[in-house]
Amino acid sequence: MEKTYYNPADLSKFGSITEWQPELGRKFFDYYGEVFKDGALTEREKSLIALAVAHAVQCPYCIDAYSTDCLQKGADEAQMMEALHVAAAIKGGAALVHGVQMMNKVKEVSM
Amino acid sequence: MGLSTKSLKGQHHELADSLYQLTVLQQPTSHGDQFPAFAARLKEHDLYPLTPTGTTILQINVGKMCNQTCKHCHVDAGPDRKEIMTRDTMQLCLDALQHSPQITTVDLTGGAPEMNPDFRWFVEELSKLGRQVIVRCNLTIILANKKYHDLPEFFQKHKVHVVSSLPYFMASRTDAQRGDGVFEKSIKALQMLNAVSYGKKGSGLLLDLVYNPSGAFLPSGQKAMEAEFKRRLKSGYGIEFNNLFCITNLPISRFLDYLVQSGNYEGYMQKLVESFNPVAASGVMCRNTISVGWDGYLYDCDFNQMLDLKVANTAQQHIRDFEVQALDSRHIILNQHCYGCTAGAGSSCGGETVK
Ligand code: SF4
Ligand code: SF4
Repeated sequence: MEKTYYNPADLSKFGSITEWQPELGRKFFDYYGEVFKDGALTEREKSLIALAVAHAVQCPYCIDAYSTDCLQKGADEAQMMEALHVAAAIKGGAALVHGVQMMNKVKEVSM
Repeated sequence: MGLSTKSLKGQHHELADSLYQLTVLQQPTSHGDQFPAFAARLKEHDLYPLTPTGTTILQINVGKMCNQTCKHCHVDAGPDRKEIMTRDTMQLCLDALQHSPQITTVDLTGGAPEMNPDFRWFVEELSKLGRQVIVRCNLTIILANKKYHDLPEFFQKHKVHVVSSLPYFMASRTDAQRGDGVFEKSIKALQMLNAVSYGKKGSGLLLDLVYNPSGAFLPSGQKAMEAEFKRRLKSGYGIEFNNLFCITNLPISRFLDYLVQSGNYEGYMQKLVESFNPVAASGVMCRNTISVGWDGYLYDCDFNQMLDLKVANTAQQHIRDFEVQALDSRHIILNQHCYGCTAGAGSSCGGETVK
């Protein structure tokens, strides 16, 4: 067993998940490949979204991969940081909007 | 990190030695494995030995002198490099072209080719031969000295196809790779080229830009990148250009030094090896190009030239004995740096090779 839970070398082994379930694994990777192709959104825009989501779900593999991918697709540092702020705003907002629920409950049980 | 103004050679750096560079490229990884040999990958796809498809481009390196010392330069060019092609050697190139009508394009590179004292004479003679002349202009040279300010008009007069490096549409990444203030000067030079109709629709004067990554990552999506460059350069500076070529940095010379110094060498090689694309391999530029060094020796490409890997000695190795038919039956000399030409959508002096 590794001494840490995350090993950077594991990122390039992602494809090996198909070994234990080829069909679903393949379907996932085909789908993944299609998702990131140029479409109504450009590849760069998709990479910036992926970078933001990677931070929201705090996946170090994805942060590693999409930091480089954003550079490769020509995104600049300001765009990358703004994407993170979008993730942070939504995460922060998601916590705070529940404040209304808290307030409702407090009002409900208070005299 | 500031940029050194000295070449690796000027610093007596061990990586100035091409044999040492080849040794680094052959070293095992930190896990003790070896990257698969490039030739073996070609064998798997029936591309070995790699042979020309017919030479149509002569790329001539007229010298290693340059007004810049970019961090990624595969030539190890700089103000301290004195290797310059003489007029006699240029004449040998002209003679070779005379009896090689199949070569339709002459691609002049350096260093800064304009710093060669016989540069203008050479361009005039080449255009008399009716060949398409490409000049790889680093842009800042136009502003480096009064004697270069009229280069845009000179290029225009001879309908030179100008290909210029601009690693990014913002100062930060451009200057990190090419030196402080380079972005601003490059923008000014591009505006001067636009002013004489370069890059303008219908003018017939081609102005192409070269993008290469400012760091240990690969380029991707030439078309999308071109659209972004066009949008940003037009809105920010009113600049127009024709095509953007995405070029992968090959792990040699100063880029190799950067990779080793920054601890990125192994990861970068790994990425190149993993991104090997057989379609890109079948379209590598050495299959239709011959590269001439400042001293007249012949190479499969400008990269092999910098590694001092001359064309296989089954063919003539000097421009004075140039015979295109014999050269077209040679075997191309390969090494691990070749992975840089075959990654992803491929890379050549004309950008991506997989259309
Ligand atoms: S990359 Fe081009 S401009 Fe920069 S130092 Fe090398 S030859 Fe000169
Ligand atoms: S580095 Fe030169 S010899 Fe090797 S594949 Fe590229 S163009 Fe051909």
